[in-house]
Amino acid sequence: MDRTNNSNHDVPFTYVSLPIGPHEDEALVESRGKWKARPVVFCGLLVLVSLVAFNGYKGSNGNITTLTSNEDLKQKTIHSHKWKPVSRGVSAGVSEKSNRLFTKSNNIGGMLFPWNNTMLAWQRTAFHFQPEENWMNDPNGPLYYKGWYHFFYQYNPNGAFWGDIVWGHAVSRDLIHWIHLPLAMVADEWYDQNGVWTGSATILPNGDIIMLYTGATDALVQVQNLAYPADLSDPLLIDWIKYPKNPVLVPPPEIEVYDFRDPTTAWLTSQGKWRISIGSKMNKTGIALVYDTKDFKTFERIEGILRAVPKTGMWECVDFFPVSTKLDIGLDTSARGDDVKYVMKVSLDDDRHDYYALGTYDENGVDFVPDDTNKDVGTGLRYDYGVFYASKTFYDQSKERRVLWSWIGESDSEDADVAKGWASLMGIPRTIVFDKKTGSNLLQWPVEEVERLRMKRCKFHNEKVMPGSVVLLNIGSASQLDIEAEFNIDKKDIEKIKQTNEEYNCETSGGAANRGALGPFGLLVLADEGLSEYTPIYFYVVKGSNGNLKTSFCSDQSRSSLATDVDKSIFGSTVPVLEGEKLSLRILVDHSIVESFAQGGRTCVTSRVYPTTAIYENAQLFLFNNATEATVTASLNVWHMNSAFINDKQVKLKS
Amino acid sequence: MTTNFKPLTLCLCLQAIFLIISIPTTHSRTTFLAKDEKLSLIQNTCKKTPNYNICLQSLKANSASSVSDVTGLAQIMVKVMKAKANDGLNKIHQLQKLGNGARKALNSCGDKYRAILVADIPQAIEALEKGDPKFAEDGANDAANEATYCENEFNGKSPLTKQNNAMHDVSAVTAAMVRQLL
Repeated sequence: MDRTNNSNHDVPFTYVSLPIGPHEDEALVESRGKWKARPVVFCGLLVLVSLVAFNGYKGSNGNITTLTSNEDLKQKTIHSHKWKPVSRGVSAGVSEKSNRLFTKSNNIGGMLFPWNNTMLAWQRTAFHFQPEENWMNDPNGPLYYKGWYHFFYQYNPNGAFWGDIVWGHAVSRDLIHWIHLPLAMVADEWYDQNGVWTGSATILPNGDIIMLYTGATDALVQVQNLAYPADLSDPLLIDWIKYPKNPVLVPPPEIEVYDFRDPTTAWLTSQGKWRISIGSKMNKTGIALVYDTKDFKTFERIEGILRAVPKTGMWECVDFFPVSTKLDIGLDTSARGDDVKYVMKVSLDDDRHDYYALGTYDENGVDFVPDDTNKDVGTGLRYDYGVFYASKTFYDQSKERRVLWSWIGESDSEDADVAKGWASLMGIPRTIVFDKKTGSNLLQWPVEEVERLRMKRCKFHNEKVMPGSVVLLNIGSASQLDIEAEFNIDKKDIEKIKQTNEEYNCETSGGAANRGALGPFGLLVLADEGLSEYTPIYFYVVKGSNGNLKTSFCSDQSRSSLATDVDKSIFGSTVPVLEGEKLSLRILVDHSIVESFAQGGRTCVTSRVYPTTAIYENAQLFLFNNATEATVTASLNVWHMNSAFINDKQVKLKS
Repeated sequence: MTTNFKPLTLCLCLQAIFLIISIPTTHSRTTFLAKDEKLSLIQNTCKKTPNYNICLQSLKANSASSVSDVTGLAQIMVKVMKAKANDGLNKIHQLQKLGNGARKALNSCGDKYRAILVADIPQAIEALEKGDPKFAEDGANDAANEATYCENEFNGKSPLTKQNNAMHDVSAVTAAMVRQLL
């Protein structure tokens, strides 16, 4: 591709006026005006009934129990709804005979009509970071400076697919309301001509900001380059300068020229030098190289590697940081001490998942040693068991917390991405702390600022959900929600069931339709009233051979959409539940993204959901219990969420 | 004893040049393979794909003999994908001109083949060229899926089965080949 010097001026972007202070969002008017309490709306269903070729899951007898929030003092309408497993039912207006066109499998038959603009438009999120259009991938160089959170990202200005990558840039006062700025860096030098790729920021004690990033050179070699703000007195850090003597690092002789990318934030050694790591591989062993520097211009290769794990393949986006084992705060990347553990995280090219390990770090030996070698870097725990990659943390010195950003790709077809004109989101930033209770994992939780978007709350207390039932929660339209819920299984039910050797695995379980004695139960999000589309987020409990309970937490996309060109995997993992703990979850629903957190963030699952019917006012929320034996009691708070107006074209930046 | 140095010098120079040429450079993408090594590269690479014959035919028809590594072979496969996508789109246009039935399905298929040409293929080309092959795998997988979705649009009476099968199979081979680079 030809690249002109003015390429960064040819790209359209939206300017936003500078807000007065951190709380200006409280004056914002409700976006869509639908959040008043009102009866369930049926008009959308008329349109749907006229579309012939829908399959659906539906109970053949009876109706659905509807629950209204205790705060609304409405009458409950009590019906009972029998849960029907796998076989597809009949949607209104379509006779059984026409179903011979469709097979039982989820991905054949189904919807014959292409996506329309209404369905595609719904998919855009209200409060997740995404550019106005086109493709985005890895988060880059997040940092906090002079009152602003800065976020950079891999961006294709030319289409809804990966290519022509440059650095996008946005700022925020609160990690939630973002203002798009001009591109920070484009491919205008020989050393990044073929790609301005991922990098990280280091803030020096004197306030200097260092950005190290990977460039793909004109000769297609991956190198590391240095860049820094043109004007540190500009809190928006709009202009960036590339160090004239770039690159500052080239691949060492034993490393392939295309296996050398994504430099980390630097940390101070006890010698007063800055140390970074860069992921790579030797054959199929993933490794992390180590370099020291005093000025970020000349680097010294340190002998040895931080960690190597066979059969994990290329390590992308290495991240390395300390966590406190005593305090619930984040630590500066250079922190050290007795009450400090280290986290090493990698993104595995081979399976597109992010893995982390907790362990100890020996500076002299340049060694990271995981606490549990059975859960090593790339073989053990994942930050998130769904769609979640290339993640990166930064230390937010203003609130003493470590914040995690992650790229959430699409799970639909490229055809749909081209039609809707965009692809990819960022997850809601999460704080990361050490889980003092288990001692063996991290806890992730959406940053508290997202709670400022909460509007009307619907509260449900001690709702009993019998085995094999579905309960409609009468909260109104359900595309933008923040849900906190607790579940309790009746002790008698646990005691009376037999022990089993069952090993439950979300991914191969067949999802929420497959019943066990003590699960699945949870919530159905992005569900239409007829349950032709729904996404169960659920717990599944197994009583093991020693009487101990083992719990899994899953997100089931297998019946999330009637469309056949979307991913319908089931994601999830086991989650540690300690003695005395209730089962708790939190879910953020924001149109086509669902982020779920179990046990305070011990196990997290992000998924992309693309319904055709359960959209706009037809998106509903249900409680469900598909266990055979367990009666479950649920208490929840459900908030409607305001928009963050990230791509609002009305707002302009005054220069 | 006088010796004639000229032939000796010439000999040494030629030897030196020969040695320099034949030292494989670790930083180079392509190394020099002998003819039968190249053949077994093609065979070994194709064995690890879901359709050995299609893989072999595609590569042989496109001067794979000049290529010395799996990246090069994958780049050829992407060219073949592009040709199949153009075949598909051309056939769709023909059928649309004839105007008999299945209009919605043909339009939808047109969108899918255009997405392959506009997004999947450029993404795969750039990813292989610049050394981030996972995006090429994604592009090839998506292209195979788009062909399947197109075929499904017709509920058993597809006029595009030949083109969809070709698109799907070539893309599946390409994805498997790119996986070998990860």
